[in-house]
Amino acid sequence: MKERPLTQYIPDSGTLHLREYEAVGGYAALRKVLREMTPAEVTALVKDANLKGRGGAGFSTGMKWSFVPMDVPGPRYLVANADEMEPGTFKDRWLLEGNPHQLLEGMIISAYAIQATEAFVFLRWAYKYAAHEMRRAIADAYMAGYLGKNILGKDFNLEMQLHTGVGRYMCGEETALLNSLEGKRATPRAKPPFPQVSGLFGRPTIVNNVETLSWMPHIVNNGPEWFKSLSYTGDGGTKIYGVSGKVNKPGAWELPMGVTMRELLEEHAGGMKNGYRFRGALPGGASTDFLTDAHLDVKMDFAGVAAAGSRLGTGTMVVLDDHTCPVGFVHNLEHFFAQESCGFCTPCREGLPWTEKILLSLEKGTGTMADIEQLDMHTRLLGPGNTFCALAPGAMEPLQSALKYFRDDFEQHVKEKKCPYAHHSH
Amino acid sequence: MLSAIEIEKITHELQHVPVKKAACIEALKIVQQQRRWVSDESVADIAQILEMSAAEVDSVATFYNLIFRRPVGRHVILLCDSISCYVMGYTKILDRLTSLLNIRYGQTTPDERFTLLPNACLGTCDHAPALMIDEDLYRDITEQDVESILDRYP
Repeated sequence: MKERPLTQYIPDSGTLHLREYEAVGGYAALRKVLREMTPAEVTALVKDANLKGRGGAGFSTGMKWSFVPMDVPGPRYLVANADEMEPGTFKDRWLLEGNPHQLLEGMIISAYAIQATEAFVFLRWAYKYAAHEMRRAIADAYMAGYLGKNILGKDFNLEMQLHTGVGRYMCGEETALLNSLEGKRATPRAKPPFPQVSGLFGRPTIVNNVETLSWMPHIVNNGPEWFKSLSYTGDGGTKIYGVSGKVNKPGAWELPMGVTMRELLEEHAGGMKNGYRFRGALPGGASTDFLTDAHLDVKMDFAGVAAAGSRLGTGTMVVLDDHTCPVGFVHNLEHFFAQESCGFCTPCREGLPWTEKILLSLEKGTGTMADIEQLDMHTRLLGPGNTFCALAPGAMEPLQSALKYFRDDFEQHVKEKKCPYAHHSH
Repeated sequence: MLSAIEIEKITHELQHVPVKKAACIEALKIVQQQRRWVSDESVADIAQILEMSAAEVDSVATFYNLIFRRPVGRHVILLCDSISCYVMGYTKILDRLTSLLNIRYGQTTPDERFTLLPNACLGTCDHAPALMIDEDLYRDITEQDVESILDRYP
């Protein structure tokens, strides 16, 4: 039996509450940290484990923490990014609804490492059940002495707040999230300064993803070598993978980091539904490049997916089948990105609606070959280095790869002056 | 004018923030919870409490998808229109909703019972298509389910 440290105690339905969490070893890691470890030792431990951020970017978590200036007086903040809004992504929901104390314990340990005195869970508005359970979990943790003043009798204080958002994809970007926590429009900030140095209200701040933070109790309890041993590859740990689309058993599973796309699709998602053929997939949410059936043996870790020309992203895959129009599929994505662009920088604000309109005209049968070249141009003009944040470059990833792998479909729309697929788009 | 309860709740939020402005989103949520939407008058009232300009409050209010600056019905239907729901056929659900309610996206039924809005990914992609009505999430829905779901919301 493969180890599933993050999800093994999550009940089939409902939530692991405080007593149940404690009964399976919950908060033991926090006790150990507060009794035996210095903040620097916790950071070193996480660095040794080489835990990479599970929110999409894959940056080393311990490294991120090490940029926090520890000698500056005054408050420091920790934020759990629970604004899961990447289309096709539903992994953090599982952890938030199923095991909120695991996240809280991870946050308290992380806050101790950076000596933060206030922490926030920035939760997506749509996750109503998670909000309910998280509120209860925070209250229970205060009652049990895991939060508040002198935690477990030690000289460490931490206040925890739940912030529920009001809906905007930009809030997933960490500097935009901080603006939103400050009550402002969620537009991204210039970097540097990085939030580690100047974040929430200008104070040193760490923002980590839910899945990332949920690792902390396990890394403290079992050590970095154990963490690395869970994986099939060089990127340690397990990963929560998901598959959605026309497969037999869509879902999410905690598996060793580095399983192949084929294993995910065939063993866990039960293969394609009868009558549907696999044409490609976005491996890690809407803002990742398509992979195709030529990539089924790609190992789904950060390095493996990058070598295949895409990104692991959130690790939740959206499948394109042979009954779904690739142009319509990408039109749906660009509609989302155009709508969610904050409008702050010109290439993104102007370019995304343009790509959306071109894709719609192709779908309606009024597109031309020159329009396809316009799309090619946009993938360059909205690419990395030309925009203020990663939204537009992310939006171009599925488009540029669709133009590469499904170009015949784009051209067929022009030649036949209609969408060749039997579906309609809105 | 804000009600006593709205003022009390906003004042409570002010205790948690280092500057008044930082309570802007919370204040908008509080007003919307009481009135279903946020009017120009409410924007001005919030601005006064938080010592901001009304334009500044409005710039925040209009940025976020789930702050309503126009009246909505008693129940708000949020239909997921993102990629997994697209692949799994949300447009059929939309067709059913529009024909049953006789409204399009952004509109409210004349009896003010329902407002229909598109919504970005609801994060339940393994159970697509999905929609939310008020606080309730419905998953794996078919065209046949739509009418009975609506019946639960008088």
